Amino acid sequence: MKILVCISSVPDTTSKINFTADKSAFDKNGIQWVINPYDEFALTKAVKLQESQGATVTIATVGDVATEAVMRKALAIGANDAIRVNAEPQDSITVAKELAKIVEEGGYDLVLCGKESIDYNGAAVPAMIAQLLNRPFVNACVGLEVNGAEATAVREIEGGKETLSVKLPAVIAGQKGMVEEKDLIIPNMRGIMSARTKPLTVKEPTETDVKVSAVSFDAVPARAQVKLVSADNLDELVRLLHEEAKVI
Amino acid sequence: MSIFVYTENISGAYKKAALEAVSYAKTVADMSGTDVVAVSINPTDAADVLYKYGASKVVTLKSDALKSFNPKAYAEALATVVDGVVVFPHSTDASSVAPMLAVIKNASLLTNVVSAPVAVSPFEAKRKSFSGKAFMDAKAHGENVVVTVSQNSFGVKENPVSGSEEVKEVSVSAEGLTVVNQEKSSGKLDLKEAEVVVSAGRGMKGPENWGMIEELANVLGAATACSKPVSDIGWRSHSEHVGQTGKAIAPNLYIAVGISGAIQHLAGVNSSKTIVVINNDAEAPFFKSADYGVVGDAFQIIPALTEKIKALKGH
Repeated sequence: MKILVCISSVPDTTSKINFTADKSAFDKNGIQWVINPYDEFALTKAVKLQESQGATVTIATVGDVATEAVMRKALAIGANDAIRVNAEPQDSITVAKELAKIVEEGGYDLVLCGKESIDYNGAAVPAMIAQLLNRPFVNACVGLEVNGAEATAVREIEGGKETLSVKLPAVIAGQKGMVEEKDLIIPNMRGIMSARTKPLTVKEPTETDVKVSAVSFDAVPARAQVKLVSADNLDELVRLLHEEAKVI
Repeated sequence: MSIFVYTENISGAYKKAALEAVSYAKTVADMSGTDVVAVSINPTDAADVLYKYGASKVVTLKSDALKSFNPKAYAEALATVVDGVVVFPHSTDASSVAPMLAVIKNASLLTNVVSAPVAVSPFEAKRKSFSGKAFMDAKAHGENVVVTVSQNSFGVKENPVSGSEEVKEVSVSAEGLTVVNQEKSSGKLDLKEAEVVVSAGRGMKGPENWGMIEELANVLGAATACSKPVSDIGWRSHSEHVGQTGKAIAPNLYIAVGISGAIQHLAGVNSSKTIVVINNDAEAPFFKSADYGVVGDAFQIIPALTEKIKALKGH
C-alpha cells in the first residue's frame, strides 16, 4: 500500500504572531517552525501502517526551501521519502490541486492529512483533494484500521462517533484519537541520521489560479485586565456575570 | 441571484449554527439587494423557523443517496441548486461539504468568517486565523464564493419574511462510504453549540472529583469540557478536550477550573465572549487572558458558586 501524508510547516504554538509593517503578510522573522500538530497524528498513523503492513510512506508539502527542515523531521519520524512543491502556499485550492496531482502521479492508495493547519485554519485542503480525485473522504477521523482494499474509520460527529467502512483509494483527515498523544513517534538519533539521506524531490508548481487573497491581518485585541473577585465574595462574581457580562 | 445558505440539520433539527448561517446570508442578501434561499437535506423541523431568520424560500433535497452523511454526495446535491454566494455554518459536517462544493463550483472558499462582509462584489470578509490570535481580511476572486460562518461569532438575528418551500428530487451517488454504526451520548449538550461551558483540568486531582464540575454545569445548563492533559491520561473523554489539537469553541461563558492556561489551551477557547478562571495559583497564566478570576481552592469555590447560581435561578 502506498500512503501519502500531506504536511504543513507551521509556526510553533508559542510563537508570537507578528505581521509585516503594512499588515499584509505574516512576519516569518524569528519563527520556530514545526510539523502542524494535527498532521503529526496522520504521520504517526502512516508510519505504524508501514510497520504493521509494509506500506510505503511519502510526505508532501507545498512550501519554499525553508520548509525542508520540517520535512526532514517528518522523514526522521519514519517516512520513506518526501516531495516538496516549490511554492509559497497561496490558498487552499491551489495547494489542494498541487497535492492532488502528486497523488494521481504516484498512485497513492491512501492520503492521510491533519484536518486543519494551525496557522491559516483553512480546514479545506483534505476535502478538496478528495473532491478533485473523486475519492471517498472522512473528516475528523479519530480511529483508522486498514484491511486490504478497505478501511474502517471512526469519525467524530455531534454528540458522538460514527464508524464507517471506506473503500480505498480514499482521503482521510485525522486528529487526536487516530493515534493517542502518548503514541506519537518522536524521532530518535537513528531516525534523524537516516532522514538526511532519504530522497526529497522538488517539483515546480503548476497551479496559478488563486481564488482567495489576504488583504490584511489584525491581531485580535487583548482582553482588558482581569477583574479578580475574592473567594469569600462569590456573590460579587455571580452579580458581575449576571449584570455586567450578562452571561447567566 | 439569491444568496444561498445550507441549513444543516442535526438529526433533523435546525440548531443555532444553522440559524446563524441564515442570519449571515440575510445580511449579505440585504447588502446585495436580493433574497435568501435556504437549502436543506432531510430535515424534520418545519421550514417556518428559517423564514423567521430571513429565508424567503426553502428548497428541500431528497435522494436515497443522502440518507446518511457523505460530504461528496451532499456537495453534489447542493451543486444542483446553488450558485454565486453560498453560506454554511462552520460545523464539523458542513465544513467538510463546503470545500467540496467550492471545488465543484470553482468558487473561492472563505472559512470561519466572523463578521458581516466588508464588500460583496468582490466578496471580502474577516475570518479567523492563527488559531484565534489574528483576523485575516480575505478577498474572493470571482463571483462564486463559499463562506463558512464561525459559530457564535456573527449571532442569530431575527428578520422575518414570508417564505415558501419546494421539494426537489436529486440524483447523486454516495459510493465508497458505508455507515457501520453510530454511538451518541444521548441528552448531553453538544460542546460546540453550548452557550455556557464549564471546563476543568489537572487541578481537579483525579477523575473522581468531577462531580462538582458536572453539577455546576447542570445548574448552568452548560456543557462540560477539559484540558488536554486530563483527556490524554483518560480522566475525561477526548471529545471534551478543548485546545489546539482538540475542539475550538466560542461559548458566551467559559469557566475554567484548575486549568493553568497554556497557549495550546487558549487557542481553543480564546473566542469565548466571557472567560472566568478559578485557580489556586495566582501566577497561573490563564488569569492574563481572563475577564473574571478567583484565586482559591476550587473544591471550596465550585460547590459554593453552584449554590449561589441555584439561588439566582430560583431553585
